[in-house]
Amino acid sequence: MELLADVALLPGEERIIDKDLIYMCPFNGALKGKVFITNYRLYFRSTDTESTVTLDVPLGNISRIEKMGGASSRGENSYGLDITCKDMRNLRFALKQEGHSRRDLFGEIFKYAFPLSHGQPLFAFLSQEKFEENGWNVYKPMDEYRRQGLPNERWRISFINSNYELCDTYPTILVVPFKATEEDLRRVATFRSRCRIPVLSWIHRDNQAVIMRCSQPLVGMSGKRNKDDERYLDIIREANGTTKLTIYDARPNVNAVANKATGGGYEGDDAYQNAELVFLDIHNIHVMRESLKKLKDIVYPNVEESHWLSSLESTHWLEHIKLVLSGAIQVADKVSSGNSVVVHCSDGWDRTAQLTSLSMLMLDSYFRTFRGFQVLLEKEWIGFGHKFASRIGHGDKNHADQDRSPIFLQFIDCVWQMTKQFPTAFEFNEHFLITVLDHLYSCRFGTFLYNCESVRENYNVRAKTVSLWSLINSSTSIYMNPFYTAESSHVLYPVASMRHLELWVNYYIRWNPRIRHQILSQNCEILSQNCEILSHNCEKLSHNYETLGHNCGILSCI
Amino acid sequence: MLSLGGGGAKSSKPSFVSYITPEEIKSEKEPPKKERHPNLLPGEVVFCSADPILKHTQDDVSQRGIFGTLLCTNFRVSFVSDETPLEETAQHFKNKLYGENDIPLMCVDHIYGVYDEKRKMITGGMLKNKYPSKMIIHCKDLRVFQFCLTFTKEEDARKIFHGIAHHCLEPKSLKCVFAFSYAVSRSPEMQRSQRTVMFDSKEDWAQEMKRTKGNCRIVTENEGFKLSTRLPKYFIIPSSVTDEDLFKFQGKGLPIWCWSHHSGCALFKASTLPVPQEDGVIQRYMERMLDAAAQTHLYSLKIEDLSETLPTVQDIQQSYAKFKQFFLIDNSTDFWVSDVKWFSSVENTGWMDIIRKCLQKAVEVVECLEKENTNILIMEEEGTDLCCVISSLVQIMLDPHYRTLTGFQGLVQKEWVAGCHAFLDRCNHLCQKDKECQSPSPIFLLFLECVWQLVQQHSPAFQFSETYLTVLSDSVHVPVFSTFLFNSAYQRESTLKAESQHPQRGPLNCPAVWDWSVQFDCKAQELFLNPLYADKLKQDKVLRKVPRPKHQRQLSLPSSAFKTPPKKGFFKDETESLKKMLRVKRISRWMASPDSPAANTREFYEAWQRRPLDHHGLLLPWLDGPAVRLWMQRYLRWIPEVQILGGGPVAVTNKMAELLVQVQELRKKLDLKGCLQPEAERVQLQPRPLALARNSLRLSSAFPFASSRNWTFKPVIPTSLLQSLMLTDKLASQEDETTEVISLV
Repeated sequence: MELLADVALLPGEERIIDKDLIYMCPFNGALKGKVFITNYRLYFRSTDTESTVTLDVPLGNISRIEKMGGASSRGENSYGLDITCKDMRNLRFALKQEGHSRRDLFGEIFKYAFPLSHGQPLFAFLSQEKFEENGWNVYKPMDEYRRQGLPNERWRISFINSNYELCDTYPTILVVPFKATEEDLRRVATFRSRCRIPVLSWIHRDNQAVIMRCSQPLVGMSGKRNKDDERYLDIIREANGTTKLTIYDARPNVNAVANKATGGGYEGDDAYQNAELVFLDIHNIHVMRESLKKLKDIVYPNVEESHWLSSLESTHWLEHIKLVLSGAIQVADKVSSGNSVVVHCSDGWDRTAQLTSLSMLMLDSYFRTFRGFQVLLEKEWIGFGHKFASRIGHGDKNHADQDRSPIFLQFIDCVWQMTKQFPTAFEFNEHFLITVLDHLYSCRFGTFLYNCESVRENYNVRAKTVSLWSLINSSTSIYMNPFYTAESSHVLYPVASMRHLELWVNYYIRWNPRIRHQILSQNCEILSQNCEILSHNCEKLSHNYETLGHNCGILSCI
Repeated sequence: MLSLGGGGAKSSKPSFVSYITPEEIKSEKEPPKKERHPNLLPGEVVFCSADPILKHTQDDVSQRGIFGTLLCTNFRVSFVSDETPLEETAQHFKNKLYGENDIPLMCVDHIYGVYDEKRKMITGGMLKNKYPSKMIIHCKDLRVFQFCLTFTKEEDARKIFHGIAHHCLEPKSLKCVFAFSYAVSRSPEMQRSQRTVMFDSKEDWAQEMKRTKGNCRIVTENEGFKLSTRLPKYFIIPSSVTDEDLFKFQGKGLPIWCWSHHSGCALFKASTLPVPQEDGVIQRYMERMLDAAAQTHLYSLKIEDLSETLPTVQDIQQSYAKFKQFFLIDNSTDFWVSDVKWFSSVENTGWMDIIRKCLQKAVEVVECLEKENTNILIMEEEGTDLCCVISSLVQIMLDPHYRTLTGFQGLVQKEWVAGCHAFLDRCNHLCQKDKECQSPSPIFLLFLECVWQLVQQHSPAFQFSETYLTVLSDSVHVPVFSTFLFNSAYQRESTLKAESQHPQRGPLNCPAVWDWSVQFDCKAQELFLNPLYADKLKQDKVLRKVPRPKHQRQLSLPSSAFKTPPKKGFFKDETESLKKMLRVKRISRWMASPDSPAANTREFYEAWQRRPLDHHGLLLPWLDGPAVRLWMQRYLRWIPEVQILGGGPVAVTNKMAELLVQVQELRKKLDLKGCLQPEAERVQLQPRPLALARNSLRLSSAFPFASSRNWTFKPVIPTSLLQSLMLTDKLASQEDETTEVISLV
């Protein structure tokens, strides 16, 4: 009989190896138990009878696995494995020192956690899961643009990138100014980093102001200019009669200047006369990565007790959140007052995605719905080439890769901050956001795999893997916010002040059972109780109606 | 339109620049010369007034203002706007005693004068100096007012400034407090049925002891305050205390009963005795007291000297003085500058830590009662400061009765008002300068803070809302109620008696703060109730129809709580050893509990955590860093920069109200259809649908406070962002893509 035979596996999941070992739980001490590894997960269950502790960790979560101690190490439980996860925890297992007991376990985890480094496919390609709904149908670019009222007399759909010839990291369908010809677009592409030209992300229904996204202009040390790019931005400005186009450069001013050295830069005043440039002072991916590392230090395994607030401040994590939110507020404010904006950072796939999607979330209540949010992620993040593969490092063993950065996590954190400030404005709940983050790493679904659409197409992701939205949309009720109140007309401006920003305890400290996790769940309980009573009443009511009708029938017969 | 210095530009301190002269205003408006004053309360008299005065509006960054009349009465500082107020502005939560532009004199915290752009704090001594161009008033309820005095006549300006400064800052006598003028002139019909137990009669105490199944003796010997002026008129002590001992040290060291646990052990509090003399009289007295407390209940006794483990009254005062400064914001620039180091600033005041320590101490006491079933005696110098905080908190955690509105009010009466907390001195209502002997300190506020932590962590367990707590904390500084006006039961009784016998006056009719109709109408009072309060007994009936357990209060820790109490011989030993210690060590030493608290309570905590949460059972606070939070409603409600328009907790409350209406409509339908449910079986959802204006969906997060203000619909954009993030390391200047080089086309 297999160990832990009762654990249900996913279709396509196969067990590789199992073992008796000790889980060095930071909260409950050393726990004897059994572990098994599949091509998808690591599963542990303690054998202590009193209270069972289980771990169910997708191997995709693992960023690093190391051997602790050697065959000759002294001390209890000093020989084992240390696994660093991408979801804010470390797992430590101790094994018997005799006979290289950890060697095969280490080997198998290493192989299946980092399949791409071993020439193996990611689990998403092996999964045989079936769901009622096909999540790949959630986002259809044409439908979304039509919803926004596009194309119209000022904006057209361009298929210039249908073979990814204009820009290999952009999607195939782009919305560009009606007045700009395909030739214009090609010329503008020569002046924008990685050919990521300004394209439309969102248009305001009433005032026709737009949010455009792109990468930095290739100004360089010599301060090059490009007439086509200048004219193109002016066409954008003209489209709704804005007198001045606002360009939001997400970076701090100094960084934008420094970028000139590598050929990049920003839109100079003299070249773009009808535009104003605003720097939003958001730092780069490396700063964010280090900030999250510091945050992990103060929350795992133990939460800093005595100086919690000042240690939290010293990580700067919330301060970065404040900057991102405050940038998005400025974008949303500009657009809602009728001015078109262009948003870019260096390449237009990290900070730019954060800013455009957050400001769209503020401006358009559709994106705050359950489906609308999925569309937002598909469009602004997945479609426009946020480099998920590089930032997350799916199936890749290089844990120290400088390209990794929690940009998407930071965005979801910003969304969470908004849901905290507007508890009735979002159709989805916190559990939904956490589920999205869990599967950002899990490699069970194809949704967040690879860097851009063209690569995804090469690997035939849509045909060979399942979408995360298939899972989520097949059992929606657990992801719904019971307080949601549909309200369409208002722009939501969160307050980007440290007074209101708080650490997302339910995510960052969720592994610690000593920390309080609830707030809303408690209220939900009460609410669901009330709803039960309500539905109970309804039942009785309809039953009474039936009886009444029946009686009436009898009466009429008489 | 961005806020000041938007886009990272350096912003100078905003200062008001007027482009019109006072003459222009006069000629422009020329209001009909009529006396402008607020609707005066009974007994209220205007001292002085001045106009036109410009009141700066905090609501927006432009430093604009409105003109009006500034008055000082014997009750308040009042600003009456020249503009006729829009009747349409929904006033959900109007205080009947004072409006949003009124400041009760007792509520004034500090007055600053602006002289040539420099802000100086006004103290009594500075009154001779010339009046400032601008007067800034910081209130104890954290409002900030700025009045510009330069438009009015010099004479009027000087008068109003001196008048306000004098009546707010100068020491005064208790007799001059507005409550006494008000109480005389007030018509008595306003008194409504009081359901709050006041603990001013023997019956109230007897009833309380019966309710908790206590087994002690009610002392009536203090009816004329002959025993002590620092003790309640009636109180309860262990039965075996002899009459001789009762009078020995003016009640000092007496174990005063607070509350009995269902296991039979009880919570006592006591003031400390002077350091023992050689003759051993005090030691022997103390031994007898400890014996009495222990033996009455057949359990052992633990002693907790709060002055050893908790911050002092002065520490608490100093910490709060620093803490509140972060909420008294004069302008937007200051707000955003202070936003940068917000977390560490708050932490450095130590206020949150004091809250945590009090809650932690209460948990330790709860553990003794609930898990170890020992009697507890908490001690402190006077026994009326931190003893009140801890004993009240313990009772709230253990006894669901105190989580109801009237139960809570009864608790405040029992432990604080009847229990002789020195409100008058601690709140410094009379502006006494002699800080040494008075020691003002926000002890009661500290208690409310701790309760708020419990409320926000376990909201369904409480019948009252955070709004209720906020209003209660404000009411301390409204000099109309007798509740917070005295240092002791003795002082209350003697003062009220003396004032009532005043020949020129009629009988006094001084309301208690619990008579909420004095301040708010019924609709507003509904906001005191928590719509999510889980009224357990009734719901159980409906959902499961399980037979109700016999005892209302339930055991929450079965494993330990069902443990049979230790046998008689055992605790005797413990008391014996305690006595031995008494003889050897100085009082201050042996009173400290020997074991480390943190490690001990952890086990207790985890046992509690493992059980499903019972809102009507034991309630423990979470004390980890993220769990102890800032009381946002109280501290941030007046600051325009932090208002979330259309969001905040009120959004959820609104939704809840909507759902409740739905439920009730359905129930009505059921009733109409003649669905014959036995009355008792029907769902009694406690709260009525809240009186929220459901058509005006865009309430701000400050709701229900500052509701008449028109918050700007424009977003507030933070300024002074970058100087905080002084990232000097390489990372900040690094390129995003290190591995690739941008291809130059």
